[in-house]
Amino acid sequence: PTTMLCTKFGEDRPLGGRVCLTSCCLQMMKNKADEEDYWNSSKFKAFTFDDEDDEFSRLKESKRAVNSIRPLVDEDDDEEEVEKVSWSGEPVGSISWSVNETAASNQRTDREPAFPKINTDTTSISKSHSGYSLSALFKGETHRCILGKDNTLSGDWSPEETVQRMQQGKAVSLEKFRSLQDKLLLLDYAVSAHDGNVITAPLWDLFVFPEVLFRELTDRQTALRHFIHYLTESKDQRLLLELLRYLPLSTPGLPLLQYKEHLGIADENKRRDFLKSCLSLPFSPEDSVHVEDHYTLLERQIIIEATDGHAERGGKQEIFQKFPRKASILNMPLITTLYYCCFYHYTESEGTYSSPLNIRQTFKLSEKQFFVTALAARAKLKAWPDVDALFTSRNWLGFTRKKSPLSFQRVVDVLHKNSAPTQVLQDYVALVDDAELRITLAQKHKCHDIVINTYRDLKDRQQLLGYRAKMARGSAEERKINELLNNSQIRWKN
Amino acid sequence: MAAHLSYGRVNLNILREAARKELREFLDKCAGSKAIVWDEYLTGPFGLIAQYSLLKEHEVEKMFTLKSGRLPSADVKNIIFFVRPRLELMDIIAENVFSEDKMHSPRDFHILFVPRRSMLCEQRLKEQGVLASFINIDEYILDLIPYDGDLLSMEYESAFRECYLENDQTSLYHTAKGLMTLQALYGTIPQIYGKGECARHVANMMLRMKREFAGSQNQILPVFDTLLLLDRNVDLLTPLATQLTYEGLIDEIYGITNGYVKLPPEKFAQKKQGEASKDLPTEPKKLQLNSAEELYAEIRDKNFNAVGAALSKKAKIISAAFEERHNAKTVGEIKQFVSQLPHMQAARSSLANHTSIAELIKDITTSEAFFDNLTVEQEFMTGVDTDKVNTYIEDCVAQKDPLIKILRLVSMQSVCNNGLKQKVLDYYKREILQTYGYEHILTLNNLEKAGLLKLQSSSRNNYPTIRKTLKLWMEDANEQNPNDISYVYSGYAPLSVRLTQVLARPGWRSIEEVLKMLPGPHFEERQQLPAGLHKKRQQGENRTTLVFFLGGVSYAEIAALRFLSQMEDSGMEYIIATTKLLNGTTWIKSLMDRPESQSS
Repeated sequence: PTTMLCTKFGEDRPLGGRVCLTSCCLQMMKNKADEEDYWNSSKFKAFTFDDEDDEFSRLKESKRAVNSIRPLVDEDDDEEEVEKVSWSGEPVGSISWSVNETAASNQRTDREPAFPKINTDTTSISKSHSGYSLSALFKGETHRCILGKDNTLSGDWSPEETVQRMQQGKAVSLEKFRSLQDKLLLLDYAVSAHDGNVITAPLWDLFVFPEVLFRELTDRQTALRHFIHYLTESKDQRLLLELLRYLPLSTPGLPLLQYKEHLGIADENKRRDFLKSCLSLPFSPEDSVHVEDHYTLLERQIIIEATDGHAERGGKQEIFQKFPRKASILNMPLITTLYYCCFYHYTESEGTYSSPLNIRQTFKLSEKQFFVTALAARAKLKAWPDVDALFTSRNWLGFTRKKSPLSFQRVVDVLHKNSAPTQVLQDYVALVDDAELRITLAQKHKCHDIVINTYRDLKDRQQLLGYRAKMARGSAEERKINELLNNSQIRWKN
Repeated sequence: MAAHLSYGRVNLNILREAARKELREFLDKCAGSKAIVWDEYLTGPFGLIAQYSLLKEHEVEKMFTLKSGRLPSADVKNIIFFVRPRLELMDIIAENVFSEDKMHSPRDFHILFVPRRSMLCEQRLKEQGVLASFINIDEYILDLIPYDGDLLSMEYESAFRECYLENDQTSLYHTAKGLMTLQALYGTIPQIYGKGECARHVANMMLRMKREFAGSQNQILPVFDTLLLLDRNVDLLTPLATQLTYEGLIDEIYGITNGYVKLPPEKFAQKKQGEASKDLPTEPKKLQLNSAEELYAEIRDKNFNAVGAALSKKAKIISAAFEERHNAKTVGEIKQFVSQLPHMQAARSSLANHTSIAELIKDITTSEAFFDNLTVEQEFMTGVDTDKVNTYIEDCVAQKDPLIKILRLVSMQSVCNNGLKQKVLDYYKREILQTYGYEHILTLNNLEKAGLLKLQSSSRNNYPTIRKTLKLWMEDANEQNPNDISYVYSGYAPLSVRLTQVLARPGWRSIEEVLKMLPGPHFEERQQLPAGLHKKRQQGENRTTLVFFLGGVSYAEIAALRFLSQMEDSGMEYIIATTKLLNGTTWIKSLMDRPESQSS
């Protein structure tokens, strides 16, 4: 119903689509006969842009007003009153503006550093320098070098106090937490403080014994997540992988975390092997299908890429000469790969890796997906017989002639995007069921015959007359309309 | 220049001044001339606190962007790094410091961490062998930044992700700290309400911090009567919907960062008289958006459909004002007219800008794509066919529309159906992975963890109950002269704001059942005030509530709260605070796994 609706609105339609949607949808479903009344009801009108008082004309009006005022005053007269703004919109004197400005002036070494002219900040408080500063609010002491290892800092703080001091940015020493027990106690207090900064510190202090750390972390999920986050951020791949290996496979999210590592592998063969190694991980059933598909796809892409690269260089296959490949197919999504294969390998038998039919089978692609991709690829090549065959030769799959898993409106859309000529488009426009939609599409794509025939079928003389006015003088279309209008057999409704 | 911060019910300029004072104090610690090396990300937020003039008064002579390699030459005594505590930035700083030593020009180094110093970063500097080169290492506690007279944000982008995906509550700790700062400046907030796990955490931390500072009693008369802490995950739906207010649409389409928007320049080309039309500028036009601009303050929160009328009304007023010059006959009258010119001039250029922006937006809102998308969103929000695979989404996938758009829609369908049936969910996932790449398993998994995508459990779909009880869908939303918050989404009333509204009147007790359906606990806490600080309320005086959105808030929600503040009989004024200003796109993006590395 959505697509039906939008044609009703024509070009200008209300922003508040909800009225159209809720009420209209329901209304349309309930009672088609009421439709006309509804569209003309006053309630709806409030939301259209059609009438004179609409948004668009209002915008135009204010635009006109603005423009008419413009010449009245010289723009440059009163700058000191208005905040100076550079073209890029930054007030002159703002920090980000000045970063560029002072940096730029720096490059011209022979010049005195030029400072931008600034309107002085006149806020009274800023002059008096009174009021609070943020840190004074909590009487925080000046602090330096929090992680000092010198003995002067080793006040006798309990783990709890240590965490508190760390949170306040005060100096602490973690030296005194010597035993593993102490260190873990500190960690647990830190975790309960919810401050990532404080949690990671004792963790990092536990680095010395990785195995112990790893073991303890499995019981401390929060600390574990912080640690993984830290390792990812510090790009310590080695330690991260070591940690992942150590953790029990039951750790939540672990398989995906490991799978994620593939993104960092540039070499496609290594990436493929890595994905293969992931297959044994305990993913959820759905995820494991996807990961397997991912592996299968890359494996296949590597083979196709090698074969096609070879063929392209060999210069024997016409298709690669006529349409040189723009990019490697490696690591492209499945649908892109299917498109590629429909483009270069359309007629291959089901036995090859690059055969579209084989891809469809292997990855269990839906009818619709396969259809739309093949359609776009063959249309791009202007292989119209192939396009036609997509609709007709499908009988063995249970379709009758010229049926499509896609609405014909969408088919026309896809063909049009691939710059199909009118002769081709009109075959498919003609198959659109809804008369009104068919006329809209036919007009859009200049399929005059269809427009004329549809008006004839609707016995709409007025529309036909109107359409004739749009046709070129002496054209075949004009003649056809004239013939129809003169045909006394037709009982016009108007 | 920050006067607009003090116009509101609560003078947020006090907070800004405290932040400025802090900055001056730090700068004065580094005696002598200085150059600041900026972590570029920070210049935006700092721009809301200070201008270059303040820095210059404290002998900042040069400013550079943090880059690897050698620091630009500058004849200054101090080099100060203003950085976020991130490890990769530490490596750059170390590089800078190293290449400096070779040039035997003794300059002092300092680091200012924003908003907190981090032990790991200092450790990193130590490993790199440069920690000892720094004379001052300090932190600049910039938790809550005033964005407007009624709006504070931490601009902590990853807060939602950290809380719900990584179970890292550091952002909540910073939130609690930020709230303590606010209370130190504006008095203890006597009543705290909350809904959600994170809200509970923040309240607990606040109460604990208060105990730890028990020594000093806060003697400031409380400005806020109530604090309401709301978890974003209590209302996952609202940010997913396309915002339909003027400001919301600007953010949806062009993105607002730190109060600025960058727009395509074509519509802003200024043709001056006597000049041949110059080449069109190619740089995007950057505009600052806040309530300091009278016209913007007037139209920002309107439904976009009401903006045209407001602009044309304004145009008439300005035209009339300019016409006045014909009536100015005496010298005194002419003088009077001239004295008003600057103001009129500013109003005119403001009108020109917003007319252009409105035109840009209108091109989009009248497009078929926008309409179709909105139609589907509204179908979902009203509960139409939410349990089936949606053909529009299917078509969008087939056309390879941006992945974020797809994720936004599918998430919305899932939220409005209290989860999707296994078959439907599996179908969407397959379509997405096959079309956009298998590596997005990670992103889909994140959305599931965050609750945006989920499998429908055996329990029945409770969204219709929530929708009906809280009146989330209003059939007759009036876009021009709204009488209900639902105007901000042309029909949908944001759940978060409804909760806020009901809390004020008649109270949450009336919606116990619905509160139980939403995730996380709801609670109420009281903080004791010292004797003598209890407000004596005037008859008819409004109460003030600080609504804190943990995990982000959209401009449309802000608009809805402002609408409630302005309603004559509401008796409540709202100040809004959040970890991040967001929209559906930026939000989903923050939940994606390496969105930039798509099939690279």
